[in-house]
Amino acid sequence: MKKNKQLENIVHGIFLICGLITVGCVLLITIYLVISGIPAILEIGLVPFLFGETWASTAAQPAYGILPFILTSIYGTAGAIVLGVPVGFMTAVYLSKIASAKVKSVMEAAISLLAGIPSVVYGLVGMLVLVPAIRKAFNIPDGASLFAAIIVLAIMILPSIIKVSMTALDAVPKEYEDGSLALGATPIETYFRVSVPAAKSGISAAVVLGVGRAIGEAMAVMMVSGNAPNMPGLFESVRFLTTAVASEMSYSSGLQQQALFSIALVLFLFIMLINATLNFFMKRSKEG
Amino acid sequence: MSNIITAKDLCLWYGQFKALKSISMDIPEKSITAFIGPSGCGKSTFLKTLNRMNDLVPDVKITGDVRFREQNIFDSNVDVNELRRDVGMVFQKPNPFPMSVYDNIAYGPRTHGVSSKSQLDDIVEQALKDAAIWDEVKDRLKKNALGLSGGQQQRLCIARALAVQPQVLLMDEPTSALDPISTSRIEELVSDLKKKYTIVMVTHNMQQAVRISDYTAFFLLGELVEFGKTDELFAQPTDKRTEDYITGRFG
Repeated sequence: MKKNKQLENIVHGIFLICGLITVGCVLLITIYLVISGIPAILEIGLVPFLFGETWASTAAQPAYGILPFILTSIYGTAGAIVLGVPVGFMTAVYLSKIASAKVKSVMEAAISLLAGIPSVVYGLVGMLVLVPAIRKAFNIPDGASLFAAIIVLAIMILPSIIKVSMTALDAVPKEYEDGSLALGATPIETYFRVSVPAAKSGISAAVVLGVGRAIGEAMAVMMVSGNAPNMPGLFESVRFLTTAVASEMSYSSGLQQQALFSIALVLFLFIMLINATLNFFMKRSKEG
Repeated sequence: MSNIITAKDLCLWYGQFKALKSISMDIPEKSITAFIGPSGCGKSTFLKTLNRMNDLVPDVKITGDVRFREQNIFDSNVDVNELRRDVGMVFQKPNPFPMSVYDNIAYGPRTHGVSSKSQLDDIVEQALKDAAIWDEVKDRLKKNALGLSGGQQQRLCIARALAVQPQVLLMDEPTSALDPISTSRIEELVSDLKKKYTIVMVTHNMQQAVRISDYTAFFLLGELVEFGKTDELFAQPTDKRTEDYITGRFG
């Protein structure tokens, strides 16, 4: 009896340690980012750092303004949401409510595959297909731009938006839909006026998840956005918060390197904000 | 009294299973008709055929016809959404939409094109009054309907169905999920509603059929065994199976 109890305690301990590893990693990263991100901000000054429009880290007179990166990340994410959410949302409604079982299984497999494609592949295809196409279509010297990044991001966030929205729509009780149909509403009216409102928390969560994925993506956007630290314009070559860190880290030193940590800290704060929003919607969605 | 719904030789299959066997029945207008019978006898299936809610079940096949005001409801030129507006339905489990009391009632009229605020206000008030729930909810029209009690939710669903001004109201065991007090309120309400509407109601509760219905139909294994005036059917059943069922020998 006593031996059993001891064994239970040991197993319990092992599980606890496994759980703590995750928590420990998050804590470690947070603390590390804060500690290494603060000094550059103090040296540069919070306002010039966040709102400076010029990033010239290797110039004789270096300037460390990250407003171009912040705005690029915000515009890029917003653009991806504007393009990706309607498509993803409609797909989710179609798959959850309208599609036949056969179509549904084929499309769901395709969506899972889309989610599994490594981001470098998105970048590669974007670089070889999308960027030249944009250059030709809009007759500009270089197609690598915010616009190209927006399109790639929009496609990359589709799977999360579709899957989370679908889960929410599938969970809408059939009784609601029957009630609407029995009042003489058509199926389409029923889906949009009863099912979608009933699933709105879950669908909001899907959108926020999409925002999180888009803002955190580095590899694919680096390959299609041109990567110059310009203030964002749709057809400008631009640099995101993520790509700003990734592209200079390998050769940076001193204040430049510290500033890159500060950028990572800013990105981290964005992600935290998004996660908090996501949790809020997820919780509401569970409560119904 | 004229008949509002007439079924003739209606058969229905779920895949290979024949759930209704040649049902013929005339349902009189502005009366309460109760369907009784053991579980799986086809009474709910028949009820759901009357507003074609069975269309939503995959693999359903129907032969024979059902006429609503002389019009065959399976005709290709019949708009099923209009049929369901004329032949409303209340379900076994109260199913208010997860929105405000007001929006629940206004849902049907809005769907059918009513957009004026004052007109909607009138419809909502009238429907809630007709369903005998106005006094309980008039101060909480903007509150979520899911906060109401089960009995209130069911009366809300009745009000929601009334708001599109149906001619017939189908009720599928509307009180089976409710407590006795809520049940008696719904029964009172239903008895009252027959002045304006034709009520067709499935019930598991034979006393309920005796208490409120004018006509009773007894179903068994997909067949309509007996159909007649409620007092006659319960006092002098003509079929041995009906007698066995109402005297509690099976069921």
